[in-house]
Amino acid sequence: MKAVYINGIGSVSIQDQDIFDFNFELISDLSDVNYAKHPSYKEMIPAAMIRRMAQGVKMGIYASQNALNEAEIEIPDAIITGTGMGCLQDSEKFLRAIIDNEEEFLTPTSFIQSTHNTVGSQIALRLGCKGYNFTYVNGANSFENALNDAKLQIENDEANSILVGGIDEISDYTLKLLKKIDVIKNENSSIDFKNPTSIGVPFGEGANFLAISSEKKSNSYAEICDVFVQNKIEISDLKQTVSTFLEANKIDLSQIDVLVVGRNADSNFNEYYTEMETLFEDKTQIYYKHLSAEFDTASAFGVLLAATILKKQEIPNELLWNNKSMSQANYVLCYNQYRGKDHSLVLLRNC
Amino acid sequence: MENLKEELKGKIIEVLNLEDINIEDIKDTDPLFGDGLGLDSIDALELIVLMDKQYGIKLSDPKEGKTIFQNIETMAKYIADNRTK
Repeated sequence: MKAVYINGIGSVSIQDQDIFDFNFELISDLSDVNYAKHPSYKEMIPAAMIRRMAQGVKMGIYASQNALNEAEIEIPDAIITGTGMGCLQDSEKFLRAIIDNEEEFLTPTSFIQSTHNTVGSQIALRLGCKGYNFTYVNGANSFENALNDAKLQIENDEANSILVGGIDEISDYTLKLLKKIDVIKNENSSIDFKNPTSIGVPFGEGANFLAISSEKKSNSYAEICDVFVQNKIEISDLKQTVSTFLEANKIDLSQIDVLVVGRNADSNFNEYYTEMETLFEDKTQIYYKHLSAEFDTASAFGVLLAATILKKQEIPNELLWNNKSMSQANYVLCYNQYRGKDHSLVLLRNC
Repeated sequence: MENLKEELKGKIIEVLNLEDINIEDIKDTDPLFGDGLGLDSIDALELIVLMDKQYGIKLSDPKEGKTIFQNIETMAKYIADNRTK
């Protein structure tokens, strides 16, 4: 079985482009809704294509191309994406047109671009990549399932280089609905990651991509050891689930150097993160959703950060959850859950 | 007719989301497809819907489109002669 290495990363998030250089000088404070800071797409995407693209597609193309550039991959063998909500902006656009025009005068553009696999297909069209192209839509496990598929293909020698990423975009109407059901924090609610007292999350959007390969390079970020997803876990079973996962990888809890947790300032469901904190209380722990905000594929931002920590062997204070310092990181474990469901573990190793 | 041409240019820019293009950039005789504005087959469908929605014109014969959508001039003339609203 071949090993799987992360050789390039790319991201469009609510932070500036240099966030993965650990430049935290211009960190944006979170609010209830946090929109991506869009780079200039015109240099990368032809004008004829860009005019039909919603934000999610543009973010996906930009982030994925940066990952490919860093990994020096021109055309990957496969493109695998994950998205919780898909291309919401175009979905809302054509549904709105159906209502407004009483089911007449419907045009194809927004319908064509509204499907969940639009980002993956647009990346492939632009690159001329005719390889395997698949999109996972599994809530907050969408990115992890995409990553697992990519990992299995490389391990089993079905592909040598794969582009894998997660994308989610904010759209107005869905935003209103999510606010109504308290998934998103009220605009007057406090956003306190350390001691959450209000329900809901600070909501965000973004695209986070990895270029992975069977080939280890001098500038590789990390090796992907394993990916685990489970829709529901009782809190009382969390410790056993983590232990079983680590045992399957022939390591134990004590060998984890850094725990990357997806804490999201929601007073509901926070107990899962507290349980993980207790399990790894003597280990360095970091959090990241104060930088990315929460959305279905925000965990991809966490995996990119974990890979960057392994490459740099450095953890900025802005990411530290506890005051445990780290001298050498060999294993980093990422844990995420969203609203008590869609639990995931991603294990990375220094390479 | 001049007003109609200006209106048409504005609607085309809006419907086709032609970023960085202003009404003044589109000449009346510039080809809409190919070398001119560079529109494609999906845009043609959008233009057919625009004609129906805005001017009440239903194109029954798709072959007519090639002549009608040559440029702003031909499109405006067809609309002026056939509009129902």
